[in-house]
Amino acid sequence: MNPLYRDTNLVLSAEGVHRSFDGFKAINDLNFYLSEGELRTVIGPNGAGKSTFMDIITGRTRPDEGTVKFHESDGHDIDLTKLPEYKVNRLGIARKFQTPSVYNQHSVFDNLLLSLNRPRGVMKGLFYKMTKDDREEIEEVLETIRLHDRRDELAGFLSHGQKQWLEIGMLLAQKPRVLLVDEPAAGMSDEETERTGELLLSLEGKHSVVVVEHDMEFVRQIARRITVLHQGHVLKEGSFDHVSNDPEVKEVYLGRQAHG
Amino acid sequence: MIAALKPFEAKSERITFLSMLAVLVVMLLLNTMVGEGSALHLPAYTLGNWGKYLCYAVLAMSLNMLWGYTGLLCLGQCLFFALGGYAFGMHLMLMTVDYGKVPEFMQFMGYHELPGYWYPFYNPFVAILAVMLVPGLVAFIFGFLAFRSRIKGVYFSILTQALTYAAAILFFRNETGFGGNNGFTNFKYLFGGDLRTIDATRWLFAASGILLLLVYWIIAWLLTTKFGKVQLAIRDSENRIRFSGYSTTHFKLFVFVLSAIVAGLAGALYVPQAGILNPSLMEPKIGLDIVVWVAVGGRGTKLGPIIGAVLVSALKSYTTSAYPDYWLIILGGLFVFVVLFMPDGIVGLTKKTWAKYRKKEVPA
Repeated sequence: MNPLYRDTNLVLSAEGVHRSFDGFKAINDLNFYLSEGELRTVIGPNGAGKSTFMDIITGRTRPDEGTVKFHESDGHDIDLTKLPEYKVNRLGIARKFQTPSVYNQHSVFDNLLLSLNRPRGVMKGLFYKMTKDDREEIEEVLETIRLHDRRDELAGFLSHGQKQWLEIGMLLAQKPRVLLVDEPAAGMSDEETERTGELLLSLEGKHSVVVVEHDMEFVRQIARRITVLHQGHVLKEGSFDHVSNDPEVKEVYLGRQAHG
Repeated sequence: MIAALKPFEAKSERITFLSMLAVLVVMLLLNTMVGEGSALHLPAYTLGNWGKYLCYAVLAMSLNMLWGYTGLLCLGQCLFFALGGYAFGMHLMLMTVDYGKVPEFMQFMGYHELPGYWYPFYNPFVAILAVMLVPGLVAFIFGFLAFRSRIKGVYFSILTQALTYAAAILFFRNETGFGGNNGFTNFKYLFGGDLRTIDATRWLFAASGILLLLVYWIIAWLLTTKFGKVQLAIRDSENRIRFSGYSTTHFKLFVFVLSAIVAGLAGALYVPQAGILNPSLMEPKIGLDIVVWVAVGGRGTKLGPIIGAVLVSALKSYTTSAYPDYWLIILGGLFVFVVLFMPDGIVGLTKKTWAKYRKKEVPA
């Protein structure tokens, strides 16, 4: 392990990760460390490997090389590159997709019910009975995501922004240690974006959160520590000011955006 | 027990279920209690036909479990139906000759002795067990390989069609030992009763009706469970549910095997009523017929598959005798019409119209 991080309380570490698709190096010697309770923002131009990296953490894509480890609170390390998605998720790693993915034909309430971190096998599904605790947990999440008055409506009827929130709520219902959030503000109005930012900031300390984002205004709002990805590699890491003033970063990302 | 009654908590659900039961009982009574001279009398021939339609309806319900609720379009559902039919047909064929004797169709193929694996089928209950196990096992093996490799959407559909086509070719061969293209026919006895009597027609009709109600109940119950919710979630957003800690492979495999078992049971009851069984039942076009039934009636609704299967089959029966040359054109036209104008089938259209009438919004 990188000596810099020896004394920090890590939840996730990826070291020397490589992954190529048909010769294209999507991830190239990537090293990434995430601390307990940290809010991290990952930025980078299109094709920088942000989504592939999330796929690797969540077991959707296997790396060609390198290790991705989840550090359990009891000091146990778990190799994430060997597990199927649902098992990665059961460890406490939740993921929000770029396009809002909710169950349109289920009520808002049922969307959350399906997300609770209860036993999730086939037989358990057949004989599951909702308890008072389950109901209370769902109510709590409904409050957090401000969808309390729409609990019985089908998720398909929600607005785009509300669907994004519902999905974030579905992650919260899983009580995860790590939340991976892919472009949560995409397609949102300014007001919705700001509220989303507040929501993410409020999670800091309770969960480790990784936010992948394009919208620089939004990044400025939620920025704590920023990781800049470029060509599948970590280009820079640091505060918003540090990163945004870095000539290399400006060159590959900010500069290009400002010009184009 | 109370959990099993959950699907019928709503009054409308109770009414639907009891109406179906009432229709079946009335049909039986119109055959048994009303004299042949009366205009209300239901002839044995018609009752026999409806017994077959009920089996089709169960078959359509089995496809709806996959396609309607889980989003898996299986084009080979006819295979499970036929396999159930063959397993039960083996027992029926053994009942056509004395114990230990070789059924006629095998004599033609040069068998002098009964192959060992036929002997357990002397017991009708072993046959019924095989009716469930054989389709279930085929579905399990195929499903395990397909779902584990993440084969889905149109690729899954094409593979299921290829599977049933391959099976049809296999069963058409005489060497396979199930009568080749002649299949099984001339059934005589079942449970000691003569299949060629009107009593047999009535019993088989009743049995098909009971199977239909039972399967309806099971599906309605599944939909009230969390399992049923996961099923719908797989249909609507498989990635989301997989990343919520559910093994969609396990869930899909469970539904696939269950639906194959249901199809097998329907096939077993169909065979003595049809009086004949051959591999043409496994041909891909039959698999497509089932899809049309479900689409016409209403995919993803509890009643739709039943209505679709009965309606299209009754229409086919009428058309093929009245206008034999036009059936395929009518069927094709019907399918195009449904796809274009009523994507949710008859049940969906009825619900929408009803909701409009009551000025309520319906989910898209």
